[in-house]
Order: sequence, then structure tokens, then C-alpha cells
Amino acid sequence: MALAAHLARQIVNAAALLLAVLVLNFCLIHLAPGDPVLVIAGEMGGASADVIAALRAKYGLDHSLTEQLAIYLRNVAAGDFGYSYYFNEPVLGLILQRLPATLYLALCALVSALAIGTLLGVVSARRPNGMFSHTVTVFSLAGYAAPIFWTGLMLLLLFGSVWPILPVVGMADVVHPKRGFAYVLDVAQHLVLPSLTLGLVFIAQYSRLARVNMIDALSADYVRTARAKGLPEWIVIGKHALRNTLIPIVTVAGHQFGNLFAGAVLVETVFSWPGMGRLVFDSILRRDYPTLMAVLFFSALMVMTANILTDIVYRLIDPRIRTGRR
Amino acid sequence: MTTMDASTPTVALPVELPTTSAASPWRAALRQFLKSPSGVAGACLLILIIVGTLIGPMLHPVDPLDLVGAPFSPPDADAWLGTDYLGRDVLAGLIHGGRATLAVGAVAALITIAIGLVVGAFGGYFGGAIDAVLVKITEFFQILPPLLFAMVLVTLFGPKLSTITLSIGAVSWTSVARLTRAEFMRLRDLDFVKASRAAGASNAHLMLRVLLPNALPAVIVSATLAIGVAILFEGGLSFLGLGDPNVMSWGLMLGQNRNYILDAWWAVMFPGAAIFMAVLAISLVGDGINDAINPRLRRRS
Repeated sequence: MALAAHLARQIVNAAALLLAVLVLNFCLIHLAPGDPVLVIAGEMGGASADVIAALRAKYGLDHSLTEQLAIYLRNVAAGDFGYSYYFNEPVLGLILQRLPATLYLALCALVSALAIGTLLGVVSARRPNGMFSHTVTVFSLAGYAAPIFWTGLMLLLLFGSVWPILPVVGMADVVHPKRGFAYVLDVAQHLVLPSLTLGLVFIAQYSRLARVNMIDALSADYVRTARAKGLPEWIVIGKHALRNTLIPIVTVAGHQFGNLFAGAVLVETVFSWPGMGRLVFDSILRRDYPTLMAVLFFSALMVMTANILTDIVYRLIDPRIRTGRR
Repeated sequence: MTTMDASTPTVALPVELPTTSAASPWRAALRQFLKSPSGVAGACLLILIIVGTLIGPMLHPVDPLDLVGAPFSPPDADAWLGTDYLGRDVLAGLIHGGRATLAVGAVAALITIAIGLVVGAFGGYFGGAIDAVLVKITEFFQILPPLLFAMVLVTLFGPKLSTITLSIGAVSWTSVARLTRAEFMRLRDLDFVKASRAAGASNAHLMLRVLLPNALPAVIVSATLAIGVAILFEGGLSFLGLGDPNVMSWGLMLGQNRNYILDAWWAVMFPGAAIFMAVLAISLVGDGINDAINPRLRRRS
């Protein structure tokens, strides 16, 4: 019950914040230099005089600002995020088309970063001053500092021309389309470099976090007790210590979804992944504001969702909260 | 009363003050910092980069926007690091671009810290309704992915170096604000703060002279790291085509040459490596500072 009430509160809070994002979008359009109609139509879009007149009527630009805001919110509530004059399509459709590919890439990167990062951190925590541990530390420093787009370009260079064993462009082979299991394998191969690039920076962070927390956990009383009971080492680490190591990592990972998503946008433009990244890139080039605004809104929506999910997972894996909230 | 005050000797006992001024925690922190090999290495690298961008133009007097040779010339005796897709000298780009990139990083980080300190300090100090409102605003900025938000701002207001700097500063202050708020909340009820309040200190005095110096150690590390983040953001924005085309910067070099990477790897690899080195140096320095001024955390890293 407590969880349900908590969840309901969170969802109301999220809805309020998303509404604020819409208001921000509205304000930005009006704050931007130039005629809002031209902003909405996209400066370099192909909006004709008729279209501009129609837009003026549709957004009620001869009314007061509050009325305009109401009109804008009503449109969004009806699923109308505007029309992209560059792509010649409603914005909502554009986004929904490309969102799955981006989510796919982001989740793949996240899961592999969690797995690899935790593993590296846990192994290096066993001998905090050993060779392996120092290597992981150096790697995580480098992973944090390397610009993600540059890492991507360097991998593209390596696997695109020097050592061509992995595909570097797109999501699937379009010249020789595959079917069935071969298609899955093909997509998986195309996924390796983008998700590695995107995951690298997070592997760096999680391994560092896992190492610190694991070192703490291994010196804790409950681990000594578990060892004294004669439990095998892999159960002590894998079950007792790992659980407490994972809690902060899951929290950090969940709250970084915004960075993950923004990173995916950058990586996608490097590897021509058919997701939101290319859409963002083209929209910037064409000054296609409705699309950019909608991207901002949807990324906020996803960040909120990720935050709420993280909160639930956190409550499920942390026994202190579970029992404390009966 | 006043006469008594005047007659009370202000210096009653000749206290022997230690000559090495143990009272200066900053000097102690500096000494501690110098003991950290990675911190010192980072500081050296950073100084090298900064000095390089400052005296570089004297040693290598080439305009980074001039066309000095054929496009895509590989590194050779004429252009040590080759030329880019227009035939501009990559080394000159690195030297001049470094100035812009580091300046954007430093100024954007200052903006980040200024906003974060103000928001966090007011919320943490006053609490109540002010805090509630400021926390909501912070929460709001946290759900917008900073890079995407900055991207929208720069697209709307135009890719100028000033807009880019302001946008980066405006989107990435939330963690500084949260840290500052937590520190101010922790500190405001401590005895020495109560004592100065009882002594009649004003809110402004308490915030600026009493709480702020005590909150700084916690904030200063994230302030250092903010420079690195801002540099990465400048690169990311330029990479998406939002660099200022009139000012050479490392990000701009990357963004403009990315499509020609298979023809001229040097025009992409070197600016990226420069960003990498700068951010690496800054985070090493940040780690070193952290170890020096937050000794409680030292054993953890």
C-alpha cells in the first residue's frame, strides 16, 4: 500500500514537471529571436505563405500569450507536437518511428556497462593494490575523460579501415538483407561498436563505483560473519557483498538516463544508427524547432520514467527500505 | 561601558603564534595535494596545455583559419600535424582552438558554480518555502538531459561562442546546487553558526563569511570537474554542428572534419586527443584536490 501511494505521488510529481517542460518549450519559442511562426515553421523549412498564415491562425498568434499557451497545451494533449516542414511529417510520428532504435541502443549499452563495470570493480576490489586494480583505475579515468563522439570516431576508423571485422554503419545490412535468425545476428553485430562506444564511459564510472563499494563491503561485519560461517567465497561475494555493492550502482545508473540518452544521440550520428540521433542532427541543421522541442520533451519523459523505475528497483533490492516501509 | 571597552587590553598574553601558519588549511591542503602523484601529474599536464595555447602562437605563427596548403595533406615537414578538409593547419588549430575551448570550459564552469552556489545556498540556509521552490526548480532542470537542453538553447539563440558558454553554464548547475544545499543545511545548525548568529551576524554575513568558507571544500571538487564537463559539452555541441564557425575550437575542428575521417584521420584524432588530455588532466587535479581537502574520503579512492 505504501508503495502504491508513494508511486502515485511520484507520478503526479512527474506529470507536473512534464507540464513545466511544455511551458518551457513554449517560452523558448517566444523568447527566441525572430517571428514565432517562422520559429515554428522552421527557418529553413519549406513553409509557404499559406502555411504561415494557417499557422498564425492555428496557434492563435493574434491572441494573448496565456491564450496561446492554452492552445499549445491543448494541441499537445491531443498528441499534436507540431509539424516538421523539413521532414514533411507530424513530429510525433517522426519521434515514435525512431525512438525504439535509440532505446534499444541505450539499453544495450546500459546493461553491458552494468555487467562489465560491476565485474571489473568487484574483481579489482579483491586486491585493491594489485596490478589488475590499477589497470582498472587508469582505464576508468581514461573512459571518463574521453569524449564519447571521439571514441566512436576512433573505433570507426579502426574497424572501418584498419581492421574491418565489424560493421560500422547502420543497424542492419541493407545490401544483403537477412531474415530470421541471420537478421538477429546481423543486428547484434551492428550493435557491438555503438553500444561499446556508448557503454565505455559508463563502464568507467560503474567500475569505479563498484570497486569503492566492494572494498567497503568486504571489510564489513556481515561479510566476516558470512565467512566465519564457512560459506564458500563465491557466495560471500556473489550474494552478500554484491547486493550492497549493486544498490548505489543501480541508483546512479537509473538517474543517469538523461546522459545515456544524450550520449546515444551523439553515438548514433557517428555510426549512422537509425534512431533519434540522426533526427536531432538533421533538425539542428535545418533549424527544425518543433522536432527539437519534441525531442527535449520526450527525453524528459524518458528520464522521468527511468527515475520512477529506479525508485521501484531500489525499493525491491534494498532490504532496509523493504522492511522499514511495511 | 565604552571606556571599559577601550581600556580592556586587546592582547592580554603574548601568544606564541606558529610561524608556519598552521592556521591556513589551504596551505595544508596544498602540501597534501603535492603528495599525490596523479594530482601533480594532472596539474603538470594542465599547465603544459595552458602554456602551450598561450605561447604557441609565437612558436608557430600560423592563422588557424588560413588555407596554408592542399586539403587533406598528411602530417609532414610543412604542416607537422597535417591540414584539414579546407587545407587549414591542424597544429595552428590546436593551439588557437585550445584557447577558445579552455575559455569556454572555464567560463561555463564559473557560471555553473555561481548558479549552483546561489540556488543551493539560499535553499539550504533559509529552508521552508524558499527551499521548496528552489528544490522544485532544481528537479526540473534535472529531468532535462543537459546536453540536449543546451543543444536546443544554442539552436534557438544561434551558435556564437557566448551563447554556447552561457547555455552550458545554464544547464549543468544542478549537482553543485544539491551539494551546496546539503552542506548549508548541515552547517547552519552547528554551534559556531549559532554563536555568530547570537552575536548579531546578519544573514548575508552568515552565508558569505561563515557558511560559505566551510561549504567550499565539498563544492570545490565538483567545481573542478565542471570545467571538464563543460569542455566535453563544447565538443559535443560542435560535433552536432553547433560550434561557432568563426572561432576555431577543438570541438569545431572535430565537428567540421568528422565526415572526412577516412581521408584525413589526423584532423579528427588530434583535436579529440587534445580534449581527452585536457579533461583527463582536470579530473586528475580534481581527484588530487579531493584527496587533499576531504581527508575522510581519502582511503576510499
